[in-house]
Amino acid sequence: MTVTYEEALQKYEPVFGLETHVELGTLTKMFCGCITTFGAEPNTHTCPVCLGLPGSLPVVNERAIEYTIKIGLALNCSIAAWCRFARKNYFYPDMPKNFQISQYDEPLCTDGYLDVGIGGKTVRVGIERVHLEEDTGKSLHVGGATGRIQGAEYSLVDYNRAGIPLVEIVTKPVPGTRFLAPEVAKAYVTELRDVLRSLDVSDVRMEEGSMRCDVNTSISLIGSATWGTRTETKNVNSLRSVERAVRSEIERQAWVLDEGGRVIQETRHFHEDSGVTTSGRSKEEAQDYRYFPEPDLVPVAPDADWVESIRASLPELPSARRARLIDSWSLSELDFEALRNAGALEAVEATVAAGASPADARKWWLGELARRANDAGLEVSELPITPADVARIAALVAAGTLNDQLARQVIEGVLDGEGTPDEVVAARGLAVVSDDSALLAAVDEAIAANPDVVARIRDGKVQAAGVLVGAVMKATRGQADAARVKDLILERLA
Amino acid sequence: MSELTTKTAAELAAAVSTGEISAAEVTRAHLDRIAAVDDRVKAFLHVNPEDALAQARDVDRRRAAGEPLGALAGVPVAVKDLFTTVGAPATCGSKILEGWYPPYESTVTRRLRDAGAVLIGKTNMDEFAMGSSTENSGFGPSHNPWNLAKVPGGSSGGSAAAVAAYEAPLALGTDTGGSIRQPAAVCGIVGVKPTYGGNSRYGVVAFASSLDTPGPFGRTVLDAALLHEAMSGHDPCDSTSIDAPVPPVVEAARHGDVAGLRIGIVSEFSGDGYQPGVMTRFTEAVELLESLGAKVTEISCPHFKYALPAYYLIAPSEVSSNLARFDGMRYGLRTGGGSAEEVMAATRAAGFGAEVKRRIMLGTYALSSGYYDAYYGKAQQVRTLIIRDFDNAFSQVDVLISPPTPTTAFDIGERADDPMAMYLADLCTIPSNLAGNAAISVPIGLAPEDGLPTGLQVMAPPLADDRLYRVAAAVEAAFTERWGHPLLTEAKGLVTA
Repeated sequence: MTVTYEEALQKYEPVFGLETHVELGTLTKMFCGCITTFGAEPNTHTCPVCLGLPGSLPVVNERAIEYTIKIGLALNCSIAAWCRFARKNYFYPDMPKNFQISQYDEPLCTDGYLDVGIGGKTVRVGIERVHLEEDTGKSLHVGGATGRIQGAEYSLVDYNRAGIPLVEIVTKPVPGTRFLAPEVAKAYVTELRDVLRSLDVSDVRMEEGSMRCDVNTSISLIGSATWGTRTETKNVNSLRSVERAVRSEIERQAWVLDEGGRVIQETRHFHEDSGVTTSGRSKEEAQDYRYFPEPDLVPVAPDADWVESIRASLPELPSARRARLIDSWSLSELDFEALRNAGALEAVEATVAAGASPADARKWWLGELARRANDAGLEVSELPITPADVARIAALVAAGTLNDQLARQVIEGVLDGEGTPDEVVAARGLAVVSDDSALLAAVDEAIAANPDVVARIRDGKVQAAGVLVGAVMKATRGQADAARVKDLILERLA
Repeated sequence: MSELTTKTAAELAAAVSTGEISAAEVTRAHLDRIAAVDDRVKAFLHVNPEDALAQARDVDRRRAAGEPLGALAGVPVAVKDLFTTVGAPATCGSKILEGWYPPYESTVTRRLRDAGAVLIGKTNMDEFAMGSSTENSGFGPSHNPWNLAKVPGGSSGGSAAAVAAYEAPLALGTDTGGSIRQPAAVCGIVGVKPTYGGNSRYGVVAFASSLDTPGPFGRTVLDAALLHEAMSGHDPCDSTSIDAPVPPVVEAARHGDVAGLRIGIVSEFSGDGYQPGVMTRFTEAVELLESLGAKVTEISCPHFKYALPAYYLIAPSEVSSNLARFDGMRYGLRTGGGSAEEVMAATRAAGFGAEVKRRIMLGTYALSSGYYDAYYGKAQQVRTLIIRDFDNAFSQVDVLISPPTPTTAFDIGERADDPMAMYLADLCTIPSNLAGNAAISVPIGLAPEDGLPTGLQVMAPPLADDRLYRVAAAVEAAFTERWGHPLLTEAKGLVTA
């Protein structure tokens, strides 16, 4: 491929859309009473219903309906007063009935949106629909080179996942984001994940497959009246991959078009390792799913009062929280995004709640703690320090007991398991030395040891005093108040 | 033939409950009868005498322990082979399920066990209930006890034949387009298609989900009502099951009465294609009803003529999806090698019979993109029109009547190569399936030209199943009095052997 991303977007306008599947965190499956716990021994969480045994019948899990309505409301959708399940017919060994109970032209939630913050701006991503379906079993293809069914020696199927309630959230096409398209796609999935997490309807773990994305991408010449042919990229299973998949498809499609070719509507597979997509079987495109209303289920008609009670019980959503925090902490959009991207929102909020100023809380979590988390390969939230600890450290600094350098040592002590901040201060003897007489000896020593610096200061180059301050701080192992040290030096030389 | 096998279910349950006879004796008598005649009738696909006797002994033990016994205490019930019962296979008359032992019990059979019934065996049927003669069974046809060269009707032909041949006093069937009423009519017994949703379909292997209705066969109206009541009621495992009280069918069966009842004859169900003897007996039944005080009028249901074509779009569409699971991956037959797709294709090619394949293809086509609206969509609109015809009729009359099927039992092989001729057997029964209402077939005599049984179909609005029994009981009582004996005792040869 010879077209770079920048070259592609000089010429083409991208449009993307996302279909996100989310496994709901209900206790039991969509249509039977089997539990949904992840990671159990294969085929132990099954029954005649989720195995699709002859004669078995599905019964709708009311909690799954409630969760889907919650999601629809959080995404500003209309909730259908009446809707139905439909059968999606196709043959595959991990589908016990060779049809999937899904929703087709009558989804539970339609026509909403999700606002996504990007680079200080807000992009509104339209939501086409949110519908409910059942998950399939999971195939393990053994003996082939690719891990896919083609070429495998044999396949094993685990039906524990079969029948787990799955919500599909489909966006409207998102045009007009140009260079930002991959980032907006990623930011949308991030925001969606945060929304779902705040609703407590799913554990939204992309690595365990409880949240999975298919990414649709097309490009067309800038100024063109029509959009290009889209491809659907499957197997996009991390936030980073969402961004990479869109980017990779933009580059690939631009290359195809520049070579005089034509983008074909197809399913493509994203490869985490190489970051590129490859063509899926074009056979899949010939599928006719023969949807028809599921005759084993009655229509779902959520009572309006029930929907309203669900609406009333919605928690604070990420967008509202964002507005609240930006306002009460006096942040810019960029400040907020920095906090969110660092995964430090909860920690900062809890630290503020524990008494720290928003500015101090942000400073510590985005600074020293983010650095240490990064060094340790952890999320900041995973560091062994509590928001209350951080608030206490900030308070010690504000009281003059610690300076920033000492505070960093206290943090180190807490992270090393030496106890609470106060315990670390006591054990390491880290309090700021505020007794001038104790400092003066060090000041005099520094003056004596640096006659050339002293000469420059006396010539009026006051900023040179920094060298002497540094020497004093070193001599006192950081326990001096740097501002006081500077004052003492200047007084001595005056 | 043991006297026990000629008794009604009501008599047997009463005798077992009082300890006059043991359930084990009753079961043994019926097992003996099966052993004596079933090589000719071929009503059963699977009989496990030890299991049946164990069930019977359990009933006797319960009685001895003073535990309450149900309404069917010690009564043998033959079960169509598409109900799942633990301990017995369920083939649905198909090679593709040969050897499959379901690991769970259907709601209906569980209720029957609770009511003290003894599940005596699994009966033959057209493959996956598709057919009107049992000739589509993967295991050979059943024979009509009135004339072994004739079909017993279908698809629940094995159940009907078992009851008519005194191999069981009661049997379970399912009625998707007439599969209980038509075999009941041609075997000279009582068969009922209850209101859709009145009986659980959980554990009933699906043919067409929106039409399938489990229901009872009996030699008398009361017996059918006893089975009906025992098997019915809301089931949380079936979302389409109705959460309403079971209509008082036993009470109605004990008090047959048509005085003052408004009865409508469906004017569309007569004329060309109707065997003269069938119409002769039908007319006679109408006169009888009038003589008993009913007010009989004729009512047109103009859309009923579209019921058959609509049915042959809706049912096959559901079939094409319901039968997709039989692919050799998890249970039943598996044949062929290579890829999963090749195994699925080879298994389905080998395991399904011609009629099942025909309907899968019809349904696949009817649901396919670009054809859905013209076929499946249109058929559902017709279904709505048929419901309106019923609504209109039931605003004027209490029940509708017609022949259950245009002819008496036909010869085995006669229609086997002519699907359209076979489909016409269900002409009069299909509207009730499309509308989901209740209907019964009750014997009204023998056609003069062939001496074979004919029936009267009575149709009632949804959840008015008790009306069927009130009418049928009155008809049964009046004819039995006129004939001097139950119709079935006129059957020659096998039945009395």
